[in-house]
Amino acid sequence: MTDLTYAKAISTTIAQAMRADPDVFVLGEDVSAGGPFTTTAGLVEEFGAGRVIDTPISEAAICGVAVGAAQSGLRPVLEIMYVDFITLALDQLVNQAAKAHFMSGGQLSVPMVLRTQGGAGQRAGAQHSQSLEAWLTHVPGLTVVMPSGAADAAGLLASAIASPGPVVVVENKVLYFRREPVPDPVEPIPLGRAAVRRAGRDVTVVALSRMVGEALTAAEELATEGVEVEVIDPRTLVPLDLDTIVGSVRRTNRLVVAHEAVLHGGFGAEVAAAVQHAAFDDLDAPVERVGAPFQPIPLSPPLEDAYLPGAAGIRDAVLATLGRVPTSTL
Amino acid sequence: MTTAVTVDARVLRDLLATMWRIRAFEEQVGALKRADEVHGLIHLSIGGEGVAAAVCRQLRDDDAVYSGHRAHGHAVAKGAPLDRTMAELMGRDGGLCQGMGGSMHLVDVAHGFLGATGVVGGNIPLALGSALAAKQRGTDVVAVVFFGDGAVQAGLFTESVNLATLWRLPVLLVCENNGFAEFTPRSAHTTVERVGDVVAPYPLPRQTVDGNEVADVWSAFSALLARARAGEGPALLECLTHRLRGHYEGDPDRYREAVSTEDWQRKDPILRLQRAGHDAGWLPAGEPAELEKRARAEVEDAVTWARSSPFPSAVPEELR
Repeated sequence: MTDLTYAKAISTTIAQAMRADPDVFVLGEDVSAGGPFTTTAGLVEEFGAGRVIDTPISEAAICGVAVGAAQSGLRPVLEIMYVDFITLALDQLVNQAAKAHFMSGGQLSVPMVLRTQGGAGQRAGAQHSQSLEAWLTHVPGLTVVMPSGAADAAGLLASAIASPGPVVVVENKVLYFRREPVPDPVEPIPLGRAAVRRAGRDVTVVALSRMVGEALTAAEELATEGVEVEVIDPRTLVPLDLDTIVGSVRRTNRLVVAHEAVLHGGFGAEVAAAVQHAAFDDLDAPVERVGAPFQPIPLSPPLEDAYLPGAAGIRDAVLATLGRVPTSTL
Repeated sequence: MTTAVTVDARVLRDLLATMWRIRAFEEQVGALKRADEVHGLIHLSIGGEGVAAAVCRQLRDDDAVYSGHRAHGHAVAKGAPLDRTMAELMGRDGGLCQGMGGSMHLVDVAHGFLGATGVVGGNIPLALGSALAAKQRGTDVVAVVFFGDGAVQAGLFTESVNLATLWRLPVLLVCENNGFAEFTPRSAHTTVERVGDVVAPYPLPRQTVDGNEVADVWSAFSALLARARAGEGPALLECLTHRLRGHYEGDPDRYREAVSTEDWQRKDPILRLQRAGHDAGWLPAGEPAELEKRARAEVEDAVTWARSSPFPSAVPEELR
């Protein structure tokens, strides 16, 4: 194990994959400079500009280039600098990458990774802070990954690069410089398998990406009040490890789903619906969801802080499932 | 007409046969669409077969070809078997794509037809990706993408021309300019009449030819292809052509003047090549009728084969 930041875990994993397979290459805006978050730092020095390709600000075309290169046998690791800009690449991602294998009757495959990052908290305003993963989970043919820490950022990315189909990895900008022990060499973590981050008997909290840490903070606080929370990190949204989530709910009989994206149409609704269908009789309370309000993200620091969901909201939601009036101390 | 003699007669005879195969195939597709045996949105290239034939017959199986929604001709010219192509249009299990794709999403990887795309302009960067793969691997493989003049106004076109020239990719951009983007004339979409002029600032060869003069298309593409194979980068070939049918089968086609029969006799790429062959002496009098007959018989066989293929009973497990 080596202590790495989330950002360094990503560049380390890409480098490891590029050493192992000459078909793996990186493309995106500013990738040879490392990008704004250093996730591709050092790669051009080791692999050269032929495999670490800077692109113009042409998200639609570079996504299409990645799809075509993948269809012709390469393994592109494409970076779309902010998930907010994925809007420009969606035709290629949704209409081409996600459907090529299916529509060709299995003749084509698109082994590409689209890395991007989302999340607020950096006073970046409403066009550089969104959490848009729910859109992606709505498209059959895409695998959607959201790593919550450095070890997962490495292990899930290793699996994504090895995957035969298109994988979107949505990183989180607030997590990039948090450190964590990461296996050396990086070990692939299977896609579609959730991690139980904390065991608990009273309430299950399913949390995505940055909200995993927030859920653990809330759980520590609640433990002092005698409430034991089980925190589950799905790690991949598609495919979703529903078995682990439902298994937990069958024991705790209570569920909270927490993400940073707006609640309205968020992935939490999908988890809530799937769990109530699979374990209706096991639920002792309505499923609670934690997410952002249905509005664009404000720039002003106090307003952004108030907008961002976090540990306090999770704590309140957990108490709500227990029928207790929350008196937040977080 | 004069250029026709510069292309080898064997080549021209092959192009004529290819055009007849496409014409016979698509006329049958139109009939089967009206009979509800062929499904989905059907866009025919009747009248524009010359471009598909002259471009694709110069390519190898390992060269990648991408097409748009009007794709049958490109697929057939690249080598897609008529029977499995017809079965795909009919949604049958034996179709090229097991009935999962249909007319606008034909794919035949074995012959390097990497696919038709139903979103206008969406295929252009895919070809760049295949060209990038060829370049990365140090091969002389090229990628070709067909698109209409309507795609040129999409942002992807300009983004792709920029990238293709920046990276000197072995990609050939073949524009079939039939003057209409769906129901609207080019003049209502842009002030730039010639697609070749749209790419004028970029360092790539661009050529505009009469797309219904097959030998001209062959000659022009041949030179651009040789450059791309030699690693000298991308090129744009604009082929001025005409689609005899509406935008899609069932289109009332009220937005443009019908071409008179005499006019069409002059423009039809098949008839033109036959006249040229007759004049130059390489096409015996009975051969056109023979080629047409052979093509129609082959299409009949393809229809019979496709009809005998069952509808898929379920989406195959490995595609779910």
